Amino acid sequence: MTAKQLAKKIQSQFKEITSDPVEFRDELTIDIADAKQISVVCHFAKEHLDFDYLVDLCSIDNDDETPRWTVVYHIYSYKHFKHLRLKVHVSEEDSKLPTVTNVWRTANWHEREVFDMMGIDFIGHPDLRRILMWEGYPYHPLRKDFPLAGKSSDMPDVAFTDPVPLEGGPFVTSPGNKDSADREPRVRNPE
Amino acid sequence: MAELKNIEISDSAVRSAEALDELQDLQGEKMTLNMGPSHPATHGVLRLSLELDGEIISKADPEIGYLHRGDEKIAENMTYNQFIPYTDRLDYLAPLANNVAYALAVEKLLGVDDKLPERCKFIRVICCELARVSAHLLGLGAFAMDVGALTVFLHTFNEREKIYNLIEALTGARFTTTYTRIGGLSRDLPEGWTEELSKFTKEVSEAIEEADKLLTRNKIFIDRTKGVGVITREEAIDFGLTGPNLRGSNIEYDLRKAHPYLVYDQLDFDIPYGEVGDCYDRYLIRMEEMRQSVRILDQCIAKLPNGPVNLDDGKIVMPHKQKVLSSMEELIHQFMLVTQGQNAPAGEVYFGAENPKGELGFYIFSKGGGVPHRMKIRAPSFVNLSILSHKLPGHMMSDIVAILGSLDFVMGECDR
Amino acid sequence: MNTTEIGYNSKIEGNVVHTRIDNAVSWFRKNSIWPMPMGLACCGIELMAAGASRYDISRFGSEVMRFSPRQSDVMIVAGTVTYKMAIAVRRIYEQMPEPKWVIAMGACASSGGMYRSYATLQGVDRILPVDVYVSGCPPRPEALLEALMKLQDKISKELHIKDKKPARDRGLVLS
Repeated sequence: MTAKQLAKKIQSQFKEITSDPVEFRDELTIDIADAKQISVVCHFAKEHLDFDYLVDLCSIDNDDETPRWTVVYHIYSYKHFKHLRLKVHVSEEDSKLPTVTNVWRTANWHEREVFDMMGIDFIGHPDLRRILMWEGYPYHPLRKDFPLAGKSSDMPDVAFTDPVPLEGGPFVTSPGNKDSADREPRVRNPE
Repeated sequence: MAELKNIEISDSAVRSAEALDELQDLQGEKMTLNMGPSHPATHGVLRLSLELDGEIISKADPEIGYLHRGDEKIAENMTYNQFIPYTDRLDYLAPLANNVAYALAVEKLLGVDDKLPERCKFIRVICCELARVSAHLLGLGAFAMDVGALTVFLHTFNEREKIYNLIEALTGARFTTTYTRIGGLSRDLPEGWTEELSKFTKEVSEAIEEADKLLTRNKIFIDRTKGVGVITREEAIDFGLTGPNLRGSNIEYDLRKAHPYLVYDQLDFDIPYGEVGDCYDRYLIRMEEMRQSVRILDQCIAKLPNGPVNLDDGKIVMPHKQKVLSSMEELIHQFMLVTQGQNAPAGEVYFGAENPKGELGFYIFSKGGGVPHRMKIRAPSFVNLSILSHKLPGHMMSDIVAILGSLDFVMGECDR
Repeated sequence: MNTTEIGYNSKIEGNVVHTRIDNAVSWFRKNSIWPMPMGLACCGIELMAAGASRYDISRFGSEVMRFSPRQSDVMIVAGTVTYKMAIAVRRIYEQMPEPKWVIAMGACASSGGMYRSYATLQGVDRILPVDVYVSGCPPRPEALLEALMKLQDKISKELHIKDKKPARDRGLVLS
């Protein structure tokens, strides 16, 4: 079965909530309108279409667009050797969606990472804790409003953080037509 | 040659289960043990919170993130070429393979991955396989050292030094290579390098056989690894394992065969896969993969075509310095590349490459322009380690080092 | 019992060395600096390479890598120290017995290096006193050996006797 046929099957099963598959660089993406249904869709994909391997699960911060979060599922079938990408959108007020750990157990750590880095909750996750940062760290670093340099925090006996100086090197580049002083902001030492 | 005797060894998992039965009435209070984040067997900074019942693990909670350096956040603040040095430091045992995987992902986004010159593709395959040999040599040496055979480590490091010499001649650095560029390579092969490489492939084959003699039929090594940490086929798929750890569990799946990239479809090599899925199987697979990599290297040397190594597209590859100084068009291209980066289309791609540790994937979500909006690194070690809390309980305390060694992970990649 | 042997005895000439206790102690110390290999990231691999066959750190008396801080003299911080790891590094340092030294190996351990981000400690010298910094990302094993020799130099000039005054100042040596 080709990836297109598999995508069509998902689409015909969930007519009301799925978009037409979008193709870009030979990869198919299906948008799912209702985030609450994601675990149902995933369960269907695994049980009926043999998508037995969850390659990756990650989230995107859409910055000032609404809805703010997009959660991306890359799934793969060892039977058909085909990839498929599922995307759901979650609003900032809501910031939660059902877990897929009951479909693929590998989702456990991926979802913990999304929770840690972006602050999106997964309902029904068996063990939703921070994974890369420590328990008690007050921010979600991959959000677009969080600066690369970081913010101060302090937890005695656990860890502390300080904002990082960005002087002395192009550690940040934002391309565009502006001159290099604007494109590569560096905290300069007072002269 | 005399016929080798088949050695029968009872399953150590069964033995530990028997021990557990005997211990039933002696069971008392459970002990909590903290292993890491600085521990010789954790290959870096993995921390395990263990709950022990005597010598048997009843609960394991891996704690990662001690090397979380914010690579994904950094990627959002950089042009595509600027991020290449950071990919070196993901899986720092195989930086060349990371460079190649990342470059291919960005090239896929730009839509030029099939336009690469043949020579570039062959050199990239050489890079990947050289990295695989070097990563497996270290993985093997460290694994053997963890279960008590220090000699192998010294032997394999000797070979690794030879690889470092080759890489140094090729890229200028021992292992933070930053060798690829989007749309090509930073430089062509130096003169006489392929001869050195073919000399090395002969030497390393001997060294692999030497390690094989030291370990494969070593009673102590077999005792420590056979039947330990058995991962079934279903578990391996469910937990998303990739690379040798997946193939150890009787699944013949390799991205180089299933979804050939570069020129892997023109090369002749086999994919080893295990039967049981224990530590010993994973060890055997790594040994065989090295032999296959040497095979690939030999073929690449024989087939290496002449020609350019970079894409002929001034909007993607930095033009030659001489031309920048003498021609207006090249000067503009150079200026645009440096100030704005490659102008990528809006869209999203995922590219996974078969790295020594498993499937290293890059998911790039671009809104157009020279900087990704979001870059997710799908790190094989991260996923491979997630099985620990499921797998360790029921094993003996001393089996941990064998299981960790056989999973062969790198924390730089796991934590990013 | 014959006691006249106290004076000059040509039979033991060349077998006895006269020195100050300070010098002797530093000589003992500097040739057996046991490292605590704090291999955190990429530099840890070069640290292993320095310990392995080609570079052979044992030529400098430092081959005894001790993973227990209580048995080690120098902590080689090899790799990126993140904020999450920082307290652990500090705790291990505090468990090392005096006298102790620290080598910051590589750009990350010295200054944060290329990782200017929210998660990375900008140099291990913010939490530990560092004796020798090694540049490079990662430094070659030769650079680590050079750092070790620098540290040996430093140790040989250190004073070890309790009141920390040179013998000369205490009026014990005439010349």
